[in-house]
Amino acid sequence: MDNETLMLEHEQDEHYGLQHHFENQEQQKDASTIGMWTFLLTEIMFFGGLFLAYFIYRQWYPAAFAAASNNTDLWLGAANTTVLICSSLTMAMGVHAAALGKRTMLVLFLVLTLMLGGIFLGVKAYEYHDKWVKHEIPGAHFECRDEKGAPCADEQHTQLFFSLYFGMTGLHASHMIIGFGILLVLIVQSWQGKFTSGWHTPIEMFGLYWHFVDIVWIFLFPLLYLIDRSGRGLH
Amino acid sequence: MIEAKYPVREKKNYLNAEHGLMSWLLTKDHKRIAILYLYAVTFFFVIGGLFAALIRLELATPAGDLLDSNTYNKVFTMHGVIMIFFFLIPSIPAILGNFLIPLMIGAKDLAFPRINLISWYIYMVGGLIGTFVVCTGGVDTGWTFYTPFSSSYSNGYVVLTALAAFINGFSSILTGLNFIVTVHRMRAPGLTWFRLPLFVWAHYATSAVMILGTPVIAVTLFLLMLERGLHIGFFDPAYGGDPVLFQHLFWFYSHPAVYIMILPSMGVISEVISTFSSKKPFGYTFIAFSSVAIAVFGFLVWGHHLFVSSQSAYAGMVFSVLSYIVAIPSAVKIFNWLATMYKGNIRLETPMLYAIGFMGLFTIGGLTGLFLAAMGMDVHLTDTYFVVAHFHYVMVGGAVTGYLAGLHFWWPKMTGRMYPQGWSKVSAIMVFTGFNLTFFPQFLLGYMGMPRRYHVYPPEFAVLNVLSSAGASLLGIGFLIPGIYFIWSLKYGKLAGANPWGATGLEWQTASPPPTENFAITPVVTHEAYDYSTVVHEEEVVHVG
Amino acid sequence: MMEAKSFQLFPEQASTIAAHVDGLYAFLVLVSAFFSLLIAFLVVWFAVKYRQRPDSPAVPAHADDHSAGAMVLEIVWTVIPLGLSMIMFAWGVSIYFTESRPPADSMEIYVTGKQWMWKIQHMEGAREINELHIPIDRDIKLTMTSEDVIHDFYVPAFRTKADVLPGRYTTEWFKPTKVGEYHIFCAEYCGTKHSGMIGTVYVMSQNDYNEWLAHGSGEGSMAEQGQALFNQLGCGNCHPSVINNQNGRCPNLVGLFGTRVELKDGTNVRADESYIRESVLYPESKIVAGYDNIMPTFKGLISEEGMLKLVEYIKSLRTKNGTMSTATPLPVQTGATPQTPTKAGAMKTAARPAGAVPAPAAPQGTR
Repeated sequence: MDNETLMLEHEQDEHYGLQHHFENQEQQKDASTIGMWTFLLTEIMFFGGLFLAYFIYRQWYPAAFAAASNNTDLWLGAANTTVLICSSLTMAMGVHAAALGKRTMLVLFLVLTLMLGGIFLGVKAYEYHDKWVKHEIPGAHFECRDEKGAPCADEQHTQLFFSLYFGMTGLHASHMIIGFGILLVLIVQSWQGKFTSGWHTPIEMFGLYWHFVDIVWIFLFPLLYLIDRSGRGLH
Repeated sequence: MIEAKYPVREKKNYLNAEHGLMSWLLTKDHKRIAILYLYAVTFFFVIGGLFAALIRLELATPAGDLLDSNTYNKVFTMHGVIMIFFFLIPSIPAILGNFLIPLMIGAKDLAFPRINLISWYIYMVGGLIGTFVVCTGGVDTGWTFYTPFSSSYSNGYVVLTALAAFINGFSSILTGLNFIVTVHRMRAPGLTWFRLPLFVWAHYATSAVMILGTPVIAVTLFLLMLERGLHIGFFDPAYGGDPVLFQHLFWFYSHPAVYIMILPSMGVISEVISTFSSKKPFGYTFIAFSSVAIAVFGFLVWGHHLFVSSQSAYAGMVFSVLSYIVAIPSAVKIFNWLATMYKGNIRLETPMLYAIGFMGLFTIGGLTGLFLAAMGMDVHLTDTYFVVAHFHYVMVGGAVTGYLAGLHFWWPKMTGRMYPQGWSKVSAIMVFTGFNLTFFPQFLLGYMGMPRRYHVYPPEFAVLNVLSSAGASLLGIGFLIPGIYFIWSLKYGKLAGANPWGATGLEWQTASPPPTENFAITPVVTHEAYDYSTVVHEEEVVHVG
Repeated sequence: MMEAKSFQLFPEQASTIAAHVDGLYAFLVLVSAFFSLLIAFLVVWFAVKYRQRPDSPAVPAHADDHSAGAMVLEIVWTVIPLGLSMIMFAWGVSIYFTESRPPADSMEIYVTGKQWMWKIQHMEGAREINELHIPIDRDIKLTMTSEDVIHDFYVPAFRTKADVLPGRYTTEWFKPTKVGEYHIFCAEYCGTKHSGMIGTVYVMSQNDYNEWLAHGSGEGSMAEQGQALFNQLGCGNCHPSVINNQNGRCPNLVGLFGTRVELKDGTNVRADESYIRESVLYPESKIVAGYDNIMPTFKGLISEEGMLKLVEYIKSLRTKNGTMSTATPLPVQTGATPQTPTKAGAMKTAARPAGAVPAPAAPQGTR
């Protein structure tokens, strides 16, 4: 039996994908949705602690933070933002395709999302490498130098900015990597015809997660890259 | 060999449905997962209790003659870390909540059974790391991990301990998430929100705190681990950071955490007092909403741990007034429970003895919290034994007493066996007496000025410390005895019927122990909660063949 | 050392605030005792009076009560605790605000906490370890910092404590009312010898205190030692400390302390102890308006105790008369002379040059 036939058969079966402890599909879908939103709420609290630390230290040491922020690459950051927003678009299109029962379109859009996510991670890796080369990674090898090569004015708080930079973007990136992994699994399952227009909850739930990861980046980008772009960088 | 007095139960239930270790380690049955938690949590309670015994043994004399200072500091730290993260926070929700919530709402399981099992494994990983730390040298920062001592000065396993707590937090988050979705979406037909048992309300409020608060301690510990590992200055002034910021972030979770520990206990007390008064809880709606109010206001008071930390006096005022406001719903509960007993049919079974003990001990604990909420009073009392006494009254006299009440109340449902009543009542009284003797003198010590976390102390504090240590011995025995008779009851206890206490609630309408699917047919609820006129009091049933 | 006290339930009331704190405590104890006993009594009474008897009905007659009377009860037992709580709140705030506002003419003493000892410096130069000698009936303000982790300076007899933080200054004040010896405890866990970081406050009559002060370390006042540091570190090369000597590169320090300073970014800040400390260690964080960011940092070149001496010196420049110019060498001490403590740290017989190790003022505290 080929995948298309399998999918059509599953379309008729109202118990397809229903777990034994649920009464009906609607209850199961509601439970999954409430569960995913609740989980995203916990993620907001998780990132929130880092955002709070960032806001407080930025308030106290604006000069050091501004100078350090100028050292992030504005164009790479903007490019990444565009890439991620597009990946949210392709993900939403994928959910739509699943709802219409269009297997090929679903797989296509999931693969596009994967590729865009991969580009994001690649750019991030490049940025991190660049920071490694310039000794901007906090820790034993951190060196803070201004344009003339002299030690910068406030090394400790510049290092603090970079710590928050790596902490926040690192946490974000790890969420993307996890999403990447789940997306791979979903692509394989979609290809095998597992999802029908009647039941494609994992696609929808993953979509929520992916959009959340995107929104976190939309907050991170201005805070880390855009504020106080006075033109005076560290190097 | 002693023969079992009653014929062995043959009826299929969740305990004998499948056999073998893997059927337990890969189970998706919420009842089996609850039992897995029971074993693990009890193990950590014993370890934490051993550390407590060491503390009280050392403090029986003013000099540091039992342990050296570093060891003592590790002992009290590990006592706190284990008791809070590995015992108190999971205890009632992960054991009683997991077992009972689906039964109480007429469901076959929680919304996410596999996530439930994963939460146990996460707990075990965190616990294993914690155990490893204990065995290889421990950590000496106090369970509060204040910086810069923890980030730059301690010689203990700070990162590993923080990691253990960090990992454990995810177990808590998943449990809370599961409960919220379950209560929202899996109630049986006819079971409206205001027909829910108060135990469920309490766990719903607790779950909200778990999911909103725990991620904050997770990220705080994450930052602490980074700081200690890489010498980054989030919290150490030597590297440009702020130690008071750590305190704010830490207490933002750790204060709501105490409501995670007490709310489920209050849920138990509502059930027990109602059952053993044969009366609907007085002010049901008020008790239900008070749980929600405590959860909400509990997030707004963390600064009362920072009155002497250089926090601004104006911020302190806000935290102080909110701390008084958060106390009011708890007072409302106590009065409603009293009113429930008024003109009831009171039976002083063991769970009821614990519940009555709770009312007295939690009242004292809660009232002494009011001392600490007064800023000018807190300046003298903070970081003294007054605080130690206060939190042990609410956490042991409150949370643990409620946990024991719940264990004794639902034991027959969970195991199908009854424990010996004489012994259970004796140990309840021992716990109550031993507890008071241990911790009441500590209020006096605190006002006298004895600081907490002191390995040695001036001789004028000796008498009260000796009293406290004497009480601890009694308390320890009081905790030990149930361990013995609970295990004994599994083989030799009287077989229990479906409803040995004459309680209301859907869990009592299915067999003891329940079958794996909980109910043969999904129940339909047609009457209000706590309707004692319809209760079937099934003391014991003997099934043969 | 303090003699071992016999068994007590209350610490002595040895400060002006102690009686107020004890008053609030008494109120709290009364309210708590009342409600605890009431609830205990009711629980026991109900358990006895309403216990199930063989002739009790299966379901009590009052199993359902949703009367208006119930609502009244709920309101009453919400409002009364709320009212009592607000009294406790207001009372607590009032005591706290008194405790957090040292009177303007307080005698200042500097405390440095480090693992595991208290180092105390009197303005006049006397230094102590784990002991604090103070005169009775004077407002005493402690300015405190830590050299390592968080500590807390707690005197139960005065009913006050405050955390002692690394990297900043915190304050605590009290007015002793009773001659005697009282415990000092560290009240924030700080490592191995946390419980050994204890000491004694000696409250003395004013005369006894003056006498004690006279026998203090012969190094000169803190301000004088601060001036020596000021010279030693070359601060005077840029900062004028003589009035009317304007140097375009650096702000004048005479009359600076306690005034409002306009900063380059438009904000203004009060020139208090923390500002002085921050300016020396992190000069780039607050640039004064009209000046450039050219001051080097002195981090690592000055200890916390030295910093407090510098602060005292700069405080002493508050007066319009100024001090001797930085070019004048310090006179060598001929002998300790009794001096009454004053705020104007002007011409005093100086001590041995700063940096010399003083003889310990008192034996070490108990473990």
